[in-house]
Amino acid sequence: MKILRIASRNLLRYQRRTLLTTLLITLGVVAMLLFVSTSGSFKAMMVGQITDSMMGHLQIHKKGYVSSIDSLPLTLNMKPKMVEKAEAQLAKMPQVEAWSPRIKLGAMFSNFSETTSIRLNGVIPEKEVATCPELAQRIIGDKPVNLIERGKLLIPELIAKGLKVKVGDPVVLVATNRDGSVNGINFIVSGVLEGLSGPGGRDGYIHIDDARDLLRIDDNEISEIAIRLKSAELEKPAQKALQAGIGQMLNLQDKPAFEIHSWDKLSPFANIAKMIDLMTLFIKIMLVAIVLISVMNVMIMAVYERVREIGTLAAMGTQPRTILSLFLTEGLLLGVVGAILGVVISLLIIFGLQQAEISFAFGRQTGLVLHPVLTLGDALFASGTVIVAAVLASLQPAWKASKLNPVEALRQV
Amino acid sequence: MKIVEALNLTKSYEMGGETVNAIQSVDFVINSGAFVSFVGPSGSGKSTLLNMIGCLDKPTKGSLKVDGVDISTLNRQQAAKFRGETIGFIFQDFNLIPVLTVAENIEYPLLMVQNWPTNERQQRVKTLMEAVGIGDQANKFPHQLSGGQKQRVAVARALASKAKLILADEPTANLDHDTAFRIIDLMKAMRDEFNTTFIFSTHDTKIMDSAESLFTLEDGKLSQQIQGGQAK
Repeated sequence: MKILRIASRNLLRYQRRTLLTTLLITLGVVAMLLFVSTSGSFKAMMVGQITDSMMGHLQIHKKGYVSSIDSLPLTLNMKPKMVEKAEAQLAKMPQVEAWSPRIKLGAMFSNFSETTSIRLNGVIPEKEVATCPELAQRIIGDKPVNLIERGKLLIPELIAKGLKVKVGDPVVLVATNRDGSVNGINFIVSGVLEGLSGPGGRDGYIHIDDARDLLRIDDNEISEIAIRLKSAELEKPAQKALQAGIGQMLNLQDKPAFEIHSWDKLSPFANIAKMIDLMTLFIKIMLVAIVLISVMNVMIMAVYERVREIGTLAAMGTQPRTILSLFLTEGLLLGVVGAILGVVISLLIIFGLQQAEISFAFGRQTGLVLHPVLTLGDALFASGTVIVAAVLASLQPAWKASKLNPVEALRQV
Repeated sequence: MKIVEALNLTKSYEMGGETVNAIQSVDFVINSGAFVSFVGPSGSGKSTLLNMIGCLDKPTKGSLKVDGVDISTLNRQQAAKFRGETIGFIFQDFNLIPVLTVAENIEYPLLMVQNWPTNERQQRVKTLMEAVGIGDQANKFPHQLSGGQKQRVAVARALASKAKLILADEPTANLDHDTAFRIIDLMKAMRDEFNTTFIFSTHDTKIMDSAESLFTLEDGKLSQQIQGGQAK
């Protein structure tokens, strides 16, 4: 028998009320878990695309570059000595999986009949692929064996459509060098890149040596180093280590020579991710409120209706703490059953969503497929929150029950 | 041996801004094994007196010793423990726990109050169910029983923890005449079998004749005491 059996029978005694309260809790858990899993899936997918096909997890620039990044200033490129020092530290860091030096530039793009501006990344193909393994997946249609070869160019979809350029077409790129002179080189379009939201999402790619030729750069100066870490969780320690290393190096003006940014400081999607986190927090608060109000309501009613019974228990010598436990257990059971049902129903719905392969568009990206996943952590958090809230909600009514005067309680009709 | 000893026992309380003297300077002694009835009209103080003897309420003045313990000195937890060990209750409305079966109701004080070992507990419940004549009702819930059967369960529950004193406040008020007598006879038989003191209140003159000692209350005062033998 003990407390659990009595508590469960008391809950079954008011079947409709218990059912409604449990359903309310279940609904709250389902709403929260579905939101967390779908928004989490969306967030993880977007963050994955940004870091795996565009930005890497961390980026190193010369101090001041990021604040002027819109104009892609060649004057703020990192000199070879700086690059050496940065690469020397990266080579020693166990968190780093790969890095890719890039020259970023703005140029005029012409198909010989029309002209437009284009942002370009001059990259070392092998290093870029190792740092942004998903970049090749953004190439529409057949994927080239090597990401980019000398004399070839990957162009963004927007320009390909706007200027009606297709793979194999000759084009010319014209860029202004650091000294103000202009240089033009012919390229062949080797691929069209699917657009991505955020900075760099509509950039073209050329070989880094072509970028140097176009800009008439003789040495190994670069604009940025994109870094891929062994896991996203290493972002903070890796950034800290870099900050403690090259981040402390000073230039001739005794100011820091480098700046190290994580992807979220460079991409506006980080704000969307923060909004998602904020909305998740609101949903969690709503869940707690639902549980608190519904369980407290049902427990207040339970105490109110069972005053005489509580008086009988007290008269028989039941200790106040046992009466307290009895009502707390009823709240606990409501929470546990609601949480279990909520998790099970959520799992079923999420399985259904996975089977349905729901696709959506985000910005210029279309055909994004939602892959909601319910993590053990999320399920445990939701269940734990519900159970704790249910017990807390029962505390006041249970306390009141344990403090009832037996004589007055027995007098209650 | 004295099981209850009241000396100058007084209970008053505030109601609607006025002081009500429910029990006024009452002195009495009840010996162990007695079969005693407090009688008197409604409002005479019977329930107040039984509540104090049952450690559910405390006197305003005077002293009340139950099984040698001055109940005024007990705090809430101590009083609950004392009740669980020493006193059993039978209520006018039976007050069985509706979600528990007959056997579980009788088992309740042994499990939730005294924590008896399972075997002893089950044996005790079986013995008591047989003793009060409900051996075949073990798995029924209170709503499936008649009034008389419910009160038999209540008697068994009160006896379960080997209480020295059983208090019954109007135990027959909700029963028909024949059932009421059978319950009183049962209580007396249980007194004989388990040597437990029974104190019950009633305003039914036929029922009060069954008591061996009779205390008559009027306006909170003891007006008559008939000690020992069959009260007439």
